[in-house]
Amino acid sequence: MGVIRLSGPHVRNIAKQLCVNDLPIRQAVYAKFEGANKQILDTGIAIYFAAPNSFTGEDVLELQGHGGPIIQDLLLKEVIRLGARQARAGEFSERAFLNNKIDLAQAEAIADLINSSSAQAARGAMRSLQGEFSNKVHELLTELVHLRMYVEAAIDFPEEEIDFLADATVQNGIETLQKNLAQTIKTAGQGRILRNGLHIVLAGEPNVGKSSLLNALSGDEVAIVTDIAGTTRDTISATIDIDGLPVHIIDTAGLRDSDDAVEKIGIERAHKAIQEADHILYLLDATQPKQTPTLDTGLAQTIVFNKIDLLDTPINESQTQTDQLQISATQGRGIDQLKEHIKALAGYENDGESLFTARRRHLTALELASVAVTRGLQQLREHNAGELLADELLQAQNALNEITGEFSADDLLGEIFSGFCIGK
Amino acid sequence: MFHSEVYDVIVIGGGHAGTEAALASARTGASTLLLTHNIDTIGQMSCNPAIGGIGKGHIVREIDALGGAMAEAADKGGIQFRTLNARKGPAVRATRAQADRALYKAAIRQIVESQENLALFQQSADDLIVEQGRVTGVVTQMGLKFRAKTVVLTTGTFLGGILHIGMENFQGGRAGDPPSNALAARLREMPFTVDRLKTGTPARLDARTIDFSKLLAQPGDTPTPVFSFLGDVSQHPKQVDCHITHTNEKTHDIIRSGLDRSPLYGGVIEGVGPRYCPSIEDKIVRFADKDSHQIFVEPEGLTTHEVYPNGISTSLPYDIQFQFIQSIVGFEKAQIVRPGYAIEYDFFDPRGLKPSLETKYVEGLFFAGQINGTTGYEEAGGQGLLAGLNAARQTRDQQAWYPSRDQAYIGVLVDDLITMGTKEPYRMFTSRAEYRLLLREDNADLRLTEMGRELGLVNDQRWEAFTNKRESIQQEQQRLNNTWLRPGSVPDEVAEKVVGNTLKKEANLMELLRRPEVSYETLMTLPGTGTGVADPKVAEQLEIQAKYHGYIERQQAEIIKQKRHETTELDPKMDYAMVKGLSNEVAQKLNEHKPTTVGQASRISGVTPAAVSLLLVYLKKHGKAA
Repeated sequence: MGVIRLSGPHVRNIAKQLCVNDLPIRQAVYAKFEGANKQILDTGIAIYFAAPNSFTGEDVLELQGHGGPIIQDLLLKEVIRLGARQARAGEFSERAFLNNKIDLAQAEAIADLINSSSAQAARGAMRSLQGEFSNKVHELLTELVHLRMYVEAAIDFPEEEIDFLADATVQNGIETLQKNLAQTIKTAGQGRILRNGLHIVLAGEPNVGKSSLLNALSGDEVAIVTDIAGTTRDTISATIDIDGLPVHIIDTAGLRDSDDAVEKIGIERAHKAIQEADHILYLLDATQPKQTPTLDTGLAQTIVFNKIDLLDTPINESQTQTDQLQISATQGRGIDQLKEHIKALAGYENDGESLFTARRRHLTALELASVAVTRGLQQLREHNAGELLADELLQAQNALNEITGEFSADDLLGEIFSGFCIGK
Repeated sequence: MFHSEVYDVIVIGGGHAGTEAALASARTGASTLLLTHNIDTIGQMSCNPAIGGIGKGHIVREIDALGGAMAEAADKGGIQFRTLNARKGPAVRATRAQADRALYKAAIRQIVESQENLALFQQSADDLIVEQGRVTGVVTQMGLKFRAKTVVLTTGTFLGGILHIGMENFQGGRAGDPPSNALAARLREMPFTVDRLKTGTPARLDARTIDFSKLLAQPGDTPTPVFSFLGDVSQHPKQVDCHITHTNEKTHDIIRSGLDRSPLYGGVIEGVGPRYCPSIEDKIVRFADKDSHQIFVEPEGLTTHEVYPNGISTSLPYDIQFQFIQSIVGFEKAQIVRPGYAIEYDFFDPRGLKPSLETKYVEGLFFAGQINGTTGYEEAGGQGLLAGLNAARQTRDQQAWYPSRDQAYIGVLVDDLITMGTKEPYRMFTSRAEYRLLLREDNADLRLTEMGRELGLVNDQRWEAFTNKRESIQQEQQRLNNTWLRPGSVPDEVAEKVVGNTLKKEANLMELLRRPEVSYETLMTLPGTGTGVADPKVAEQLEIQAKYHGYIERQQAEIIKQKRHETTELDPKMDYAMVKGLSNEVAQKLNEHKPTTVGQASRISGVTPAAVSLLLVYLKKHGKAA
């Protein structure tokens, strides 16, 4: 089950359009969430909190759906289409604070939360933007900037004999951009979300049982398991499905200084995998006293004590802290608790930013850009309205800026002046 | 000695910024002195003889909507009027007038001299009197001291001005005028960040030596556009043509042969020139594959033979200027009347200004025009009006006023300058405005005149004309919303012709007018539409607002979202290192800029949404945010 929480003055209106008409305050209502064309996206529970008696102090709507990540994504996409936008990192708490719902003394804690969750969001965004997807987005951006250069130059420099709106170059360019946007959205939306689930790094000293844990979680013999330290010389990954949540688990080579050339390469790859991950499971050997994790990456980590089956005295379960888990990878003890823990990390239950939300953010940006480009093309084709085309392309640019960073009006002028000889 | 009179506001400089500043100040009732080194050059067009153009025409209309002089003078001095982008939609249409220099200057002089509360005095200003961080007066070249509550500095290119022709250079404010070196030296001692900019002009030619039969004539538009909301075509003097010619390969060869004596390429000029107005040598070097460049041959006036060949500004040596000009079609026998030159001058980093255009370092001292790194008469005029207004308001302890980015191009201009600063002479382009569809020439009065009236800038005559127009628009809007056409009430073939298809369901006139193919005039020909308005300006406004309806609504929604940030003020003395959670990089940027609102802070490059959140949290904690 996943929860989508909406906050702001238009919440009731969005609820209505999802066909959740009856909204008693602070009561769970069973509802069918309908998308465009009355298509049922999901069924679940809706709870409405009226301002100012809500977490943020604004109208708040909670939608608890049944679906896994894909269904949830459809619902999220629908509320965005209806005018919502994805919250910035820590924004719910920020609003609660600004609306006097959180004590002023908590200002520092809120600042910390904003900082840590935006770091998390940045990491999610970085991961979403890897490989082919990143290349595609940058290609799209280059195409768009190039088109805007022509369109804006034609508007701002009408005496320069460069009326590109009149010739076919711009129209053809927009048509191509439109196709490429649609293609990118399609490939990015299909399966990629699934393939790009939560990334977890298994880390720890050599021979604490990382590979055994990987095998226990995946149910496959993916890593070579021996009792010789340094056996795992490369990162090995397995994707497991936990109640519909795809989880990438990366087993890293035992992190230790080594003179072995092959092992060194493995250690380098491990460090790279850690940079790109969402979370670290740091494995310690329960039979070795006084161990402390030595990995300092800034990533959130969970300490997992392995080999509890080898302990002389059983551990008192109530003594373990919440971010510490006890398992035996070889006997399968504690593995279910670990899976629950991983699910909680996926980001549905907290304000944090998972890869899902990062990718949804990117898809939303692409979709907004696509809609704007399509409208712009229509303005040019049907009404020859260059200034409206320009406005739509600016909207598209602003949407893509969400992914790739700022591109200012002055940057565009720079493109124009280096592309064309302008000036009386 | 001290002059007997104590003024509220002294404006130094009689250019486009200075005159609008002095006029605005005086209009609001402040006793104002315009101090200039030469009263005869008030309103002088130092560069090309034209007012308006894309983005610039918009500013002229805004100045006019606030009661300023530029549009009126352009109407009285304009000898060729055109509407640029006429086929591209109303938001980006702009008026441009070729002006007779003498007539324009005379019109400005006449407006200045008939303004109440405004005195003139001819003397160079050499120094400012600053007491305890506050400006209290001005010292002139002969040692005469004037006391004032506030001072507006509009020194143009005169501060440390150096003119370049080839490898020769000499000091000057523009060709034929001395620079203001004493004042420049004094200002350099104050805590302003000073830098150098460069701009240039082409040689002026004798029209009698040009063969116009070989050139393409470019007449003005008919019907002739008018600049001022109160203007009329009957104010225009006789209208004449401009002409167009082009450079050629031979011209380019000659220019290349002189590059070794170019101050631009010889490293003599250190100032940065504008990317959009390069000299001809720069165009040829940077765009080597282009074998021809356009030249607009612009008349300087009705009573002079001088022409301004727009497009070939240069600082090459005179012999090269002479040769390359004679290589151009129509210019084979052309004689130079004044050589072209480049000019370098001091400007002050505009990030040192508040949005009122008061300097952050010296209280009561305001800067406007090229001193802030801008170029263009219109940009100068807009700033001048704002600086003069706020200088006057400060003397009465009134709060400063400045338009926001969604209200006026002047607002975009000022916000860009004080937020981002500038590396080259800043010129307005419509692409700088994110709310371009709202900031149109046609609605500048609707955007600003009411505010101008409140500020005391708008006289009764303008106010009455404006309120009449606004009322007719509102009444007719209501009528269009309330007048319905039923299916069948209009013959199908007529409906198809006028509104594009047959009326399938009941529609009001406003809905029909929103359709792109429907004009107000043709709509009113349908039976049952009643009597429309006669004033074409009112009809135009109705039509544009209807066509842009959806876009305007969207932009308005964005503005409302931004509003809270724009009105949340930041203390210019705040230390951002104290803001918990801000990265060092962001804190350093904010400390350099010292933004005045959260909105302005958010536009500083590198300031992320998360940083803005942290700022809001900090303000809330310290009881400074809503």
